[in-house]
Amino acid sequence: MDPLLEVRDLGRRFGGLLAVAELSFTVNSGVIKAVIGPNGAGKTTVFNLVSGYALPDTGSVRFRGEEVRGLPAHELAGLGMARTFQQIQLVPGMSVLENVLTGRHRHTRTGFLAGMLRLPGTLRESRAARERCLETLAFLGLADLADAEAVSLPYGQQRLVELARALVCEPSLLLLDEPAAGLNMRETEDLAGTIGRINATGLTVLLVEHDMGLVMNISHEILVLGAGRRVAEGEPRAIQRNPDVIRIYLGEEDAESP
Amino acid sequence: MTLRGRGLGFTAGLAVAVVSIQIAASAAHKVFYLTQLTMSAYSMLVVLGLVMLMGYAGQASMGQAGFFAIGGYVAAFLTTFDLAPRRDTLLVALLDRAHLLMTRPDGSGGSVTHIHPWAAALVAIGLAAAIAWIVAGPVFRLRGHYLAMATLGFGIIVHRIFLGSSYFGAADGISDVPALVLLPGFSITGRAASRVSNYYAAWGLVLLTLWMISNLIESRVGRALKALHGSENAAAAVGIPIARFKTQVFILAAVLAALAGVLLTHYNGGIGPSEASVMKSVRYVAIVAVGGMANLRGALVMGTLLTFLSLRGYFGSFDDLVFGGILLAMMLFAPQGIVVGDLWRRLRSTFSGKKRGDDGPAA
Amino acid sequence: MTLDIFLQFCVAGVTYGIIYGVVAIGFTIIYNTTGIINFAQGEFLMIGGMTAVTLQRYLPLPLAILGAVAVTMLVGAAIEVLFIRWLHRPSVLRMIIITIGVSIVIREIALHIWDEKSHALPHFTGDSVSAIAVAGAKISPQVVWVIGVCGTMVVLLGLFFRATPLGRQMRACASNRDAARLCGINTRNMVTFSFVLSAGMGALAGCVVSPITYVQYDSGTALAIKGFTAAILGGLGSTAGAAAGGLILGLLESFGVWVLPAAYKDAVAIAVMLGVLFLRPSGIFGSAEAARLREY
Repeated sequence: MDPLLEVRDLGRRFGGLLAVAELSFTVNSGVIKAVIGPNGAGKTTVFNLVSGYALPDTGSVRFRGEEVRGLPAHELAGLGMARTFQQIQLVPGMSVLENVLTGRHRHTRTGFLAGMLRLPGTLRESRAARERCLETLAFLGLADLADAEAVSLPYGQQRLVELARALVCEPSLLLLDEPAAGLNMRETEDLAGTIGRINATGLTVLLVEHDMGLVMNISHEILVLGAGRRVAEGEPRAIQRNPDVIRIYLGEEDAESP
Repeated sequence: MTLRGRGLGFTAGLAVAVVSIQIAASAAHKVFYLTQLTMSAYSMLVVLGLVMLMGYAGQASMGQAGFFAIGGYVAAFLTTFDLAPRRDTLLVALLDRAHLLMTRPDGSGGSVTHIHPWAAALVAIGLAAAIAWIVAGPVFRLRGHYLAMATLGFGIIVHRIFLGSSYFGAADGISDVPALVLLPGFSITGRAASRVSNYYAAWGLVLLTLWMISNLIESRVGRALKALHGSENAAAAVGIPIARFKTQVFILAAVLAALAGVLLTHYNGGIGPSEASVMKSVRYVAIVAVGGMANLRGALVMGTLLTFLSLRGYFGSFDDLVFGGILLAMMLFAPQGIVVGDLWRRLRSTFSGKKRGDDGPAA
Repeated sequence: MTLDIFLQFCVAGVTYGIIYGVVAIGFTIIYNTTGIINFAQGEFLMIGGMTAVTLQRYLPLPLAILGAVAVTMLVGAAIEVLFIRWLHRPSVLRMIIITIGVSIVIREIALHIWDEKSHALPHFTGDSVSAIAVAGAKISPQVVWVIGVCGTMVVLLGLFFRATPLGRQMRACASNRDAARLCGINTRNMVTFSFVLSAGMGALAGCVVSPITYVQYDSGTALAIKGFTAAILGGLGSTAGAAAGGLILGLLESFGVWVLPAAYKDAVAIAVMLGVLFLRPSGIFGSAEAARLREY
């Protein structure tokens, strides 16, 4: 297994607060890796630093062998990183299909002039893009909602639409920011199955999550953060028994109990 | 009815309206109405660009009149500035060799040698595009209030330059602008004999622009614009280069405004500094708002109506108050401009209710 | 440049500058309590000046000014109640366009109530040719009035915010509206009061400067732009910064006449505005954090 994402000595300060410090970890190709930690541990900051939404103060980020630290989000998307957001960011006024179609942006080429004049190639390209998006929607069980207004759907389905949008980018690394937030137990179970199916097609997944059930269920590896630093990293069962991990979640006394 | 079907229906209806109005006006010997409708048409070019920029891409611009004025003034200047005294200079000699000069009688009995209107038009529009490109970079690093103020500031600077400079006629503007010859026997000019042909030329251009902008909005680019309006984070996440797109849309809107400026200046035979004023920019924004922000057809219909009434003097000294009041009312009560869209839909379903059972009972 | 010409420029700069400062403070007060930039700010000076001119035909000057300030404060309250208060989470774009619309409507109504001519109050003391000699320069007594009245207003405002319960409540509201509400402060009234305060200050400034600059139905627009420039120059959100920004802008404009043709005097303010927006949006005294616009 080769490393898809290598993070070394990542650091970021916000004013007086050291959000992330000396963080190093690797995400190998084909795994599902979860990043967990108590509130304020820096999980979302790490996500933003890796995916181009915040600039690291120190450290390096290598994606597919190339240094990508400091590149803006849209360029990272072009290199093969796709992400979803903790607060769903779908475009109002567009249907589910149209929202997902925005994900095909990097794989299509119709520009201003071609768009205005409806040049011949555009129709073909548009149809191919639509088919690809409908396939992905079907894969996620949303096929019959393609023409519904995206922001009027129930929360759980909106999350799936965002997921579909990320998938049609054909990324090599999928970053999921708290995908189970706001989902009920049933929806979370379905999500676990979906992430599993996505991973089975070969897509590497890095997720930030609070729902321990989901995390323990699907992850191959877990990275535990505390106060912006690495506390532990390893397989789910080892993490569950790790006293340092228990300590940062529950406090001193319980670290001793079995 | 599909989205495309509805669009074609509107275009067809508009074309029919354009022709019927012309026939009616000619029959009633009120052909001068066509003059004001022609001028309104050119203003609508600015509006269509602004709908795309503000309504779809979500970027406020309080300075579109500035680009209109750049187009109009540069075209006016180049086609009235007499190069004859400078015949011996290298530049003028080159222009002459390239067949870019023309000589014509001027309004006061003499003659003037100036750059050919076609070349002047291209320079004017090109300059507007270049300025838009330069301005876009710093402007789009701003957000919200600051972005609007920066575009407002741009418009004011353009206004001050044209108002203050003697090259551009200061407060009097530039007049004696010649016709723009499009085809042998047909040119953009305000002469009474060409009224009908100019009317069709202007409205034909508006319909063509409407078609092109509609296509753009429904294409990949349109989706990218809506995405960046809806959520810049999400747009970045799918690889849309936000800054580049904003700049391109801004340039397109500027080009449309400048084109309108060029054509209207040749039609009117002149231009004055009021075309660059803040109130003009505000009017364009008011029309976009009253049409429903992201509604090309609504803005076109309402904009033509309001501009025509304004040109005919219906609002009297309350002209600015009307546009300011409309802007205020729309933004307070109906920022989405439901009125026009709903009205149109209701009208249509009234007439098609009998044929299509699935549309439900007529409104 | 000789000393007395230099002083003339300084005096002119400070006179106009302090007016811009008052407008800027008005912007800042409203921005701090609501997050809105009130483009109709300049109209308050215009309404104050024009109303006073009308009233002083029937009343002695001090009463006319008082009446004008009261009327303008009512207008300020009316704007807030009619156009701002009942909006539910409006977008920034919508708010911008609304206040622009309000300023246009006010301006056009003023045109129809009064006329398009320029008007002025009589000089408070002396007349248009009386002059006080200061270090070789001749300044009009009205200039002393302007600097005195506006300067006093600014100082009193500072004391108000620091020492009175109402002022402290407003600062709390500006700092964190939700926390203020939880403390029992009636934030809605704070918002209305901020409009009333800005309107009143603007009206008084408009009255005291009208003998020098005259006032007409469209005076408000240019003042709003310059006041906005002064506010962001000083760092949006700080009343002290607004006052300082006003003075700096006034001086830049005044000395700008030395270099530029008079027709481009207004361009100085625009150039400064664009300079601040593009180069240092947080202004001279502001922080990068404050430069992030607040939400309404």
